[in-house]
Amino acid sequence: MLRFFFGRLAVLIPTFIGVSIVAFAFIRLLPGDPVQLMSGERVMSPERYEKISHELGYDRPIVIQYLDYLGNVLTGDFGRSLTTKEPVLTIFAKLFPATLELSLCAIIFAVVLGIPAGIIAAVRRGTVIDQTVMGTALIGYSMPIFWWGLLLIILFSGVLQWTPVSGRISFSYFFQPVTGFMLIDSLISGQKGAFKSAVSHLILPTIVLGTIPLAVIARQTRSAMLEVLGEDYVRTARAKGLPPLRVIGVHALRNAMIPVVTTIGLQVGVMLAGAILTESIFSWPGIGKWMVDSVFKRDYPVIQGGLLIIASIIMVVNLIVDLLYGLINPRIRH
Amino acid sequence: MATSTPNALQEADRHAVTMGQRLSEFWYYFSENRGAVIGLWVFVFLVVVAILAPLLAPHMPQQQYRDAILVPPYWQEGGRAAYLLGTDAVGRDLLSRLLYGARFSLFIGVIVTTLSLTVGIFFGVIAGYVGGKTDTFIMRIMDVILAFPSLLLALVLVAVLGPGLINAMIAIALVLQPHFVRLTRAAVMSEKTRDYVVAAKVAGAKPLRLMFKTILPNCMAPLIVQATLSFSTAILDAAALGFLGMGAQPPTPEWGTMLAEAREFILRAWWVVTLPGLAILVTVLAINLMGDGLRDALDPKLKRS
Amino acid sequence: MKKLSFAAALLAATVLSGAASAKTLVYCSEGSPEGFDPALYTAGTTFDASSRPVYNRLVEFKPGTTEIEPGLAESYEISDDGLQYTFKLRPGVKFQTTDFFTPTRTMNADDVIFSFERQLKADNPYNQYVTGGAWEYFAGMGMPDLIASIDKVDDMTVRFVLKQKEAPFLTNLGMDFGSIVSKEYADKLAEANTKEQLNQKPVGTGPFQFVDYQLDARIQYKANPDYWKGKEKIDDLVFAITKEASVRYQKLQAGECHVMPYPASADVAAMKADPNLQVMEEAGLNVAYLAFNTLQPPFDKTEVRKAIAGAINKQAIVDAVFQGAAQVAKNPMPPTMWGYNDAIEDDKYDPAAAKAALEAAGVKDLKMKVWAMPVARPYMLDARRAAEVIQADLAAIGVTAEVVTYEWAEYLERSKAKDRDGAVILGWTGDNGDPDNFLHTLLGCAAVGGNNRAQWCNEEFDKLVNAAKLSTDQAERTKLYEEAQVVFKREAPWVTLDHSVVVMPMSKKVSGYVMSPLGHHAFSGVDIAE
Repeated sequence: MLRFFFGRLAVLIPTFIGVSIVAFAFIRLLPGDPVQLMSGERVMSPERYEKISHELGYDRPIVIQYLDYLGNVLTGDFGRSLTTKEPVLTIFAKLFPATLELSLCAIIFAVVLGIPAGIIAAVRRGTVIDQTVMGTALIGYSMPIFWWGLLLIILFSGVLQWTPVSGRISFSYFFQPVTGFMLIDSLISGQKGAFKSAVSHLILPTIVLGTIPLAVIARQTRSAMLEVLGEDYVRTARAKGLPPLRVIGVHALRNAMIPVVTTIGLQVGVMLAGAILTESIFSWPGIGKWMVDSVFKRDYPVIQGGLLIIASIIMVVNLIVDLLYGLINPRIRH
Repeated sequence: MATSTPNALQEADRHAVTMGQRLSEFWYYFSENRGAVIGLWVFVFLVVVAILAPLLAPHMPQQQYRDAILVPPYWQEGGRAAYLLGTDAVGRDLLSRLLYGARFSLFIGVIVTTLSLTVGIFFGVIAGYVGGKTDTFIMRIMDVILAFPSLLLALVLVAVLGPGLINAMIAIALVLQPHFVRLTRAAVMSEKTRDYVVAAKVAGAKPLRLMFKTILPNCMAPLIVQATLSFSTAILDAAALGFLGMGAQPPTPEWGTMLAEAREFILRAWWVVTLPGLAILVTVLAINLMGDGLRDALDPKLKRS
Repeated sequence: MKKLSFAAALLAATVLSGAASAKTLVYCSEGSPEGFDPALYTAGTTFDASSRPVYNRLVEFKPGTTEIEPGLAESYEISDDGLQYTFKLRPGVKFQTTDFFTPTRTMNADDVIFSFERQLKADNPYNQYVTGGAWEYFAGMGMPDLIASIDKVDDMTVRFVLKQKEAPFLTNLGMDFGSIVSKEYADKLAEANTKEQLNQKPVGTGPFQFVDYQLDARIQYKANPDYWKGKEKIDDLVFAITKEASVRYQKLQAGECHVMPYPASADVAAMKADPNLQVMEEAGLNVAYLAFNTLQPPFDKTEVRKAIAGAINKQAIVDAVFQGAAQVAKNPMPPTMWGYNDAIEDDKYDPAAAKAALEAAGVKDLKMKVWAMPVARPYMLDARRAAEVIQADLAAIGVTAEVVTYEWAEYLERSKAKDRDGAVILGWTGDNGDPDNFLHTLLGCAAVGGNNRAQWCNEEFDKLVNAAKLSTDQAERTKLYEEAQVVFKREAPWVTLDHSVVVMPMSKKVSGYVMSPLGHHAFSGVDIAE
């Protein structure tokens, strides 16, 4: 197992270096001189231009700039935002709980609905139920989620007026964040209705972000279940006359869950990509929206640092999924 | 071909028969899947619409009618027969824009898929066949690309290249091709040691021929399935980039870009928001239905279950 | 900060929820502030959240005007040579008491000197307190080269000594970078080695005090109970950061916020029709122009420039680009500013006369480039569309125009070149409401090859604006600027295109809001009905 772990880690390091080069190179390639952009219509004197370029280190050889950057990154310094001048990591830390809260809710939503739906479809294979579930899943899988979000807003916020349009909580509630998770913070605050408000703000974004993982999980569960249900030991269990629920619940499900767990792990990347769109639609103050805004503002260090942090998170999560998979399924290790 | 020897003709004939058999077998399995057939018909319909858009569209997609701003669809109160699906905020006919939009979406799908497929196969075959350091190098690069969320990577790439449809397509092709590389590589590696390859090698076939003529055709099934997946992903991602303002630029009637322009009117004019998204959904759904059918028909393992 | 104990947070929360009947005004702001030290930044969004609610300046703009009035300085004196400005400070002004700082003394000369010296002197401990931060506006307004020294005459008197005469100096001190910060607070932070907090948790003398900022989501303020002009009518002020104009409008309709800036132009008509909303409008402090390169033939000839000015239908541009939410510009400075010469008559749109004038000047088959910026600016939302209108208008008088564009940074850089080929669409948003900021900055001889995109150096004009720069007599300056505008119109180095119209929709419950011609959004004096 240790060898397996180190083998994976050895792959991770060159990938990380590659990721850092990509993140760094992108920013160097972005059109538009960042120093020039800072001044807009106002003409900057050549001395001032030089001074700012120098302060930002843009006047040094590119290889040196990269090595410096890598060195800084390894000590946790991802640079500072050009607009707010705050360290990228600090901003990330402030915004990440919002994305995490939304992503966790979305994954719970997807798992809680997706796994039972997949099981039912597999057990009732070929019936109308199966077809309905799988048809719905395919629609979900094909959904342009930015449009899905707008549709839900039209229906639930516009026509029915059940849910708010955007944000994490109504502006009439105010409290200091303790955990960064609005659901928990609103409970801690003890303010009447705050929790309810936080929940109502979460509903639509959760559905939107959870839609594609839900579809993927349902489909994956169904096919994994079908495979397992066809295996000898399940047939034997059935033949022995064990109650069907027990067969499905205990024998089949446990084995079918291995690929499903992997799928769930792999949804992290999907989630972060989805967060870009979901957060933009619902003005959700998380890292997805932050990245989009920074691209438009050409906030180079943020784009750079954000790409690197996000990619690192995905790599680490994938590593964990790999290891878990290796743990559950020893065959993989060799 | 006049100088072909009888021998070569025979060879061709035999080939044709197997191709024909394969096709009919394929169609048998494909047509068993009702969803796939519906998807195919919808897709054919979309292709026809895209080709005939200039004939079908009642107006030019960029023509602004200043007297008809945000006119609702025909069947709603205030709707006009001249604008069946209503007009947008600057008085352009929505139906015409949607029809022309089909062109862009299919075009995006075709180009992106071709691009990522070609590049992906090329590197995949090389990685799988050559192996060793070349393989490691190529695969590490693919790992790097796959380490980023695809949409985020595409977004930053487009920011680098400059917003626009062509650049969006390049960016999406780039983030999609590692899947092809991985698939091709895996397939090539498993085929490499098969008897027919070894035989061809012994017979003195050159490496390039071996890679692309002998091995590759036998790895096509998973690639075709992946290609349909990429086709729909490309359309979705291009629309998403358009929606974020980094894809096709207004006034291009690309569906995602139309949605972005329509966002302002979300609570006032449902049709400008609903219809372009519906068009995206239907297109992507049709392609995914086809993809499912293709997988069932091409993948012998799943066929059995 | 996160660990600021559970109990404290709980306590704070219960106290806040207890005061449920407080009057709260929610402002749906258009973006996040870059920080809370206004001197570090140039964006209006940042100023709205920092300098305007939290801080005061020595002199301030009278609400609704571009004229200044005493602020933290009770009075001021300018020496006869115009080089010494002596400010008598207002006594007894308290800095805000917040949960992170309790002042022990009132505002005095040390605070004023500190506020400016951190921007002026490289050896001030706060000169570089934010990594990568620069004193953008202070430098941009030429202060480092202008100020010789800032002296403390006594505890309540401060004197600025200048190197040369500069009439707009006083107005400049009313700008956001002139906000007075607390030296006591800064010293305390320096001691705790948390200097950067000055940019995150501001303490000032202004009408509202900072409570909390949740990144990209909300800023919370409460009325400063010790405000020297008296406590505000509202108790709490909330900035609800909402970047999408359509979402801001939805929130306004739903009553989730009470005031919003920058509505989408398409929504304005519906807003005006809404019985629950009131819509205020005013011309923005900006101008969009088409600048010829007056060094390049045939545009070095006044007749040619005048002919082209007469061929362009400006109203069509305003209609096409702004859907009417702008007004045609006849002068190079906005009409809300003092010194605006309303007596000037605009060039008449008359293609036939323009064509004849061009022929009379001996110009045939003229081909020219029209530069269109790639980005939307407040004064010009869609330069490409404007360029297309101009292109069509010019075609009507037989001039072939080619529209060119570059990436924004490159556009700004290239358009400065003296040998630039073609006329460039650009504009300007005023900084301080002083005509100098338009006429001298954009059209003076000193700005050729820089801000003066017309590369236009007219002796007569330059003399007038330079004289106005040196005079400290407002009436005399007004006269000089009015005359300068006459010269400008006669010589036509630009075709002035438009001034945008700023629209502020708000709930009918809101009263006392005053629009600022400088584009500020300030909530002092605002009240809200229950």
